[in-house]
Amino acid sequence: MAGAQVSGAVTRVYVSGDAAARALGADAVARAIAARAAAGGRAVTIVRNGSRGMVWLEPLVEIEVAGERIAYGPVTHKDLDGLFAARLLDGGAHALKLGRVETLPWFARQERLTFAQAGLADPLDYDAWCAAGGLAGVERALELPAAAIVQAVSDSGLRGRGGAAFPTGRKWKTVLDQEAPEKFIVCNADEGDSGTFSDRMLMEGDPFTLLAGMTIAGLAVGATQGYIYLRVEYPHARRVLEGAILTARARGLFGDRVLGSGHSFDVELRLGAGAYICGEETSLLESLEGKRAEIRFRPPLPAIKGLWGRPTVVNNVITLATVPVILARGAAYYRDFGAGDSRGTLPLQLAGNIRRGGLVEKAFGLSLRELIEDYGGGTLSGRPVQAVQIGGPLGAYVTAAQLDTPLTYEALAGIGAMLGHGGVVVFDDQTDMLEMARFAMEFCAHESCGKCTPCRIGSTRAAELLARLCAGRSTRAEVALLEELCDTMISGSLCGLGGMAPFPVRSILRGFPDAVARRLA
Amino acid sequence: MNTPATASADPIAEAIAEQRERRGPLLPLLHAVQARCGHISDEAVARIADALNLSRADVHGVVSFYDHFRRAPGGRHRLGLCRAEACQAVGSHALEAEARRQLGVDFGGTTADGAFTLQGLYCLGNCAAGPSVLIDEELYGRVDGVRLAELLAEWRGRK
Repeated sequence: MAGAQVSGAVTRVYVSGDAAARALGADAVARAIAARAAAGGRAVTIVRNGSRGMVWLEPLVEIEVAGERIAYGPVTHKDLDGLFAARLLDGGAHALKLGRVETLPWFARQERLTFAQAGLADPLDYDAWCAAGGLAGVERALELPAAAIVQAVSDSGLRGRGGAAFPTGRKWKTVLDQEAPEKFIVCNADEGDSGTFSDRMLMEGDPFTLLAGMTIAGLAVGATQGYIYLRVEYPHARRVLEGAILTARARGLFGDRVLGSGHSFDVELRLGAGAYICGEETSLLESLEGKRAEIRFRPPLPAIKGLWGRPTVVNNVITLATVPVILARGAAYYRDFGAGDSRGTLPLQLAGNIRRGGLVEKAFGLSLRELIEDYGGGTLSGRPVQAVQIGGPLGAYVTAAQLDTPLTYEALAGIGAMLGHGGVVVFDDQTDMLEMARFAMEFCAHESCGKCTPCRIGSTRAAELLARLCAGRSTRAEVALLEELCDTMISGSLCGLGGMAPFPVRSILRGFPDAVARRLA
Repeated sequence: MNTPATASADPIAEAIAEQRERRGPLLPLLHAVQARCGHISDEAVARIADALNLSRADVHGVVSFYDHFRRAPGGRHRLGLCRAEACQAVGSHALEAEARRQLGVDFGGTTADGAFTLQGLYCLGNCAAGPSVLIDEELYGRVDGVRLAELLAEWRGRK
């Protein structure tokens, strides 16, 4: 090491302030480092950056030594005696020393486009964000006519990352083409799928990029007001977004004059109230309008009659936060990542029973096995993988025999699964798969908005059938009845909740036939 | 956030004044009332309905749709336990049983000492470090029965 710090110099110490890091004790670590440094007469600046995405290494601490950030993790306050004895603040050797995050294979092999800036700095440090090139996307958009912005997004191949994978450019084009006295941009931050946290991590780690993406969307379609609909279960993301919106407005990213231009755009944060259905775009709009979040019939599409009946772009957090890099670096740059009709990168979330969980942003095409074994290091319990649920509570469970499937929209559709929002939840061989099937229908029954009968009644009846099956009281005929009920829900439900809740159930009935056979009466 | 944030003479009026000019004011207003009063009372429903020119049935219908809003007072702290798949994969069923045992209540119930209301939540976005628990606005990961007991002791001591 290039020698100890010059006496009197201030050492920058990064302690992740992401909710997942805080949940594992990062606040206590940050306080203890500050206290010990003060007691030892060392001047430190503690920066609470976002997460670098390696949840298994949280709380992660990085020490800036000779211009490089040396990481240690996972650090608990119990490790600090040893770490300070090993000269932590000078980058000293210790069992928890990892070196630069960028050199860790888990991180180095990623392709971070959407998450390029996430977790590097204090998420509310606007100057740091600008210095890292944060403004480039909005600046480029201001040089282009609206139609050219939409064309760039179309050419990039970006599809909705919330789960539906609808081409973003096509949605924007529809809104652009509407003549209306006002239009809206709505950011769907109601990230309710179990196993997903990329929206949260982006909002907590790089909120200005999301706000820049919303601003570009506003310029592209002629909208002047944006809303972020954030779930109430994310109190830390709420605090970061509140601060980011105030700062971005004060610094002119948006407001009456977007970066000093003649365009105006503003953003308001709204909170959900614990209803999973609000992740569905029409029920989200109902909720924003102050109603029970019952879904709307389509047509008309929200792009034509959305919020308060006006043309509205509804996009997920990751979709909007990806727009700035597309504008800044060009549609072709983004499109050149990926495979087939799955262009660009996808922030995958590795979760559940996994040794090294966290956020992996890669070009589409990585196999499930590479993700779970190479990145994840297998199960946390050390037992064999039995099943992997992809795409949230409405996604199929895939079997251990299907792990070589590439993570693309097409390949997963080919095995009756879906990528959804990119959440990958691993289960070991101790999991009772029939209980997971029962849970899927109980969850649907709990969260159904009640508007359509196949979902409202179907999920309740299916949960009852599955309870009987779990209790060993079902016959083959009842399983056939359950299959039939699944068909009814799939073809008769108004939205994806009732229409897709049968997918995990059916994937278990078909993928784990022995588990079913063992339980039959 | 479940205990009244301010000791205002008329917190409902204050919330109404603060939120009524927004577009689509009902949800922000319900949040503001619950933050101040801990729950949304019959009186609050009537006054909100009056202020926004809605029927009481309309307001009640919205309140009852959303799990986060409650019509009756709860404990001093809201203890939310994640019951979704990723936490189930790492033992949340056992934690649920522990929570019921340690608190002596089921989901939806409030402890005898009024300290906690136990609530089931579906995902806290901490899926790589579950099982997860949210107490008021503080998130905790990798929680087992021992850790839960520590947290309950710590939070019982808080206001």
